[in-house]
Amino acid sequence: MSRLIAVRLFFGALTLWAVSLVVFAATQALPGDAALQILGRDATPERVEALRQQLSLNEPVAVQYLQWLQGVVQGDLGTSFSNRQPVAEFLAEPVMNSLTLMGWAALVATPIALFVGAFSALRRDRSFDHTASMGTLVIASIPEFVVGILLILLLGPGGLDLFPSVYAREGGIDQWILPVLTLSLAVAPPIVRMMRATMIEVLESEYVQQARLKGMGERTVLWRHAAPNAIGPVAQVVALQLAWLAGGVVAIEFLFNFPGVGKVLMDAIENRDVPLIQASVLLIAGVYIVVNLIADVIGLAANPKVRVANR
Amino acid sequence: MSEPSTETTTGRDRGPGLFRTAWGYGRTKVGVALTGLIVLIAVLGPFVAPYSPTEFVAKPFETGVDGALFGGDERGRDVLTRFLWGGWTLLLLALASAGIGVLAGTVIGIIAGYQRGWLDDVLMRTNDVLLAFPQLIAALLVMSILGPQPWLIVAVIAVSHMPRVARVIREATRKVIEQDYVKAAEAIGLPRHRIMAFEILPNVTSPLLVELGLRLTYSIGVVAVLGFLGMGLQPPTADWGLMINENRQGMGVQPWAVALPVTAIAILTIGANLVTDGLSRASIGIDRGVQK
Repeated sequence: MSRLIAVRLFFGALTLWAVSLVVFAATQALPGDAALQILGRDATPERVEALRQQLSLNEPVAVQYLQWLQGVVQGDLGTSFSNRQPVAEFLAEPVMNSLTLMGWAALVATPIALFVGAFSALRRDRSFDHTASMGTLVIASIPEFVVGILLILLLGPGGLDLFPSVYAREGGIDQWILPVLTLSLAVAPPIVRMMRATMIEVLESEYVQQARLKGMGERTVLWRHAAPNAIGPVAQVVALQLAWLAGGVVAIEFLFNFPGVGKVLMDAIENRDVPLIQASVLLIAGVYIVVNLIADVIGLAANPKVRVANR
Repeated sequence: MSEPSTETTTGRDRGPGLFRTAWGYGRTKVGVALTGLIVLIAVLGPFVAPYSPTEFVAKPFETGVDGALFGGDERGRDVLTRFLWGGWTLLLLALASAGIGVLAGTVIGIIAGYQRGWLDDVLMRTNDVLLAFPQLIAALLVMSILGPQPWLIVAVIAVSHMPRVARVIREATRKVIEQDYVKAAEAIGLPRHRIMAFEILPNVTSPLLVELGLRLTYSIGVVAVLGFLGMGLQPPTADWGLMINENRQGMGVQPWAVALPVTAIAILTIGANLVTDGLSRASIGIDRGVQK
């Protein structure tokens, strides 16, 4: 198994590199001169030329890429065009905010989704199961920003006025509720469905039947025999959903004006702030790839056939 | 010539079978009704709209105006008119991107599944790299650099669908090529491209249709979210996603300008997904029937 994992890790690193190449190439295609962008339209040609030297914009593209990559690896993401701050410094707070938001969404969504999924499996083909199945199908179809807006219209200032719909620096903890709820709703449905399917499969298995035939209580059968075997595939889906969060968070942060990486990316696009665009895209893609990789490894580790084969 | 024609007829026999089985589920009917409703609004809307989409009929975010049922938007244009005008662009872009993405993905999937060897490896590894990019982020990156243009939206979404479709179709192809009729066609000496087009393609139609439904639902979401982020169609176009972006600041005083497009997008995606779910249930049943 360790060889399989090593192969995955290698491909993960390769993909990260490919992504860095794409991000760099894409921003190279931007029209306009970076030095001119930083200094503004009325800069003297001498100053522009000096800055071009300093940013090594006169070097061949390949050299620029290598220098940029070297910087990225060392944590130097360049200087933002719009606020002249080092990008790494500027991104620290938004990254923490985004991670906290994602963490809360995962903490809220996962246990509820697992419970609903398991309960649906136990109540298979009864009304709870049907309701849950229809509910997850409907919620899963709606784009997450639409879910967010519907929540705002229902619970926000225009509706029942329970929670604020726009994030403000001086606001209280209640302004986290709608973004977390939106992301949780977006993440939960696949987890529910996977949990249900896996639980049903496990409950029909021979070892669960054997445990029942031994005369064990239904509770012991469920928690000692069925649940541990359902964890593997479900954990993989949970990890995949978390990876999805990395990208899905952009529209939600934009909607709620939440000061995270997604908001930074949208602002950077608005201001054509190339180093900031590069850094935030790279960050989001990086988180996505790494969490996907973790999902892959969990999937491998949870599969007994893989685990036992060529140890 | 006789070989392929008999195969296509069996393919045709299964086609209506899939639709008929899918139609048997209540959810498919509901899905078709919901999707149909929104498509109707989107297609007929421009013909029945009371004003021109760029005409000013009210004050910004004004409600309760005579002759403007849902009031004015952020510039005082008629919300109902812009709602009726804003659907067809979304539908068209979503249809185009899903169609092209599924087509390209199918071609790649069948080739990779049938040719195997190094070509399969190269195609699938490229797929993996493409899959590593979150779809929305890739779209945002391209839009921010090249500027939001309709064809670019279609291209980016289609490319992001391609690897996902290819993966599914490749799996389906590998099952089909185990069948005797493919081996028979090979034994006769039919060219490989004919085998792919006339033996394999008709027999992967069920996963193909399911993928098309899935990708269409997803395309609607991405096109809408791009518009919402201001990276889709640009003003003064009337477009549901863009409408939400333009009017969200006034949501508290004038909810209609956001509520109408949001509800339409929600109903459309739910409808499309219900149909897809019906198709996928039917396709699983049919596949089982074949394997027995």
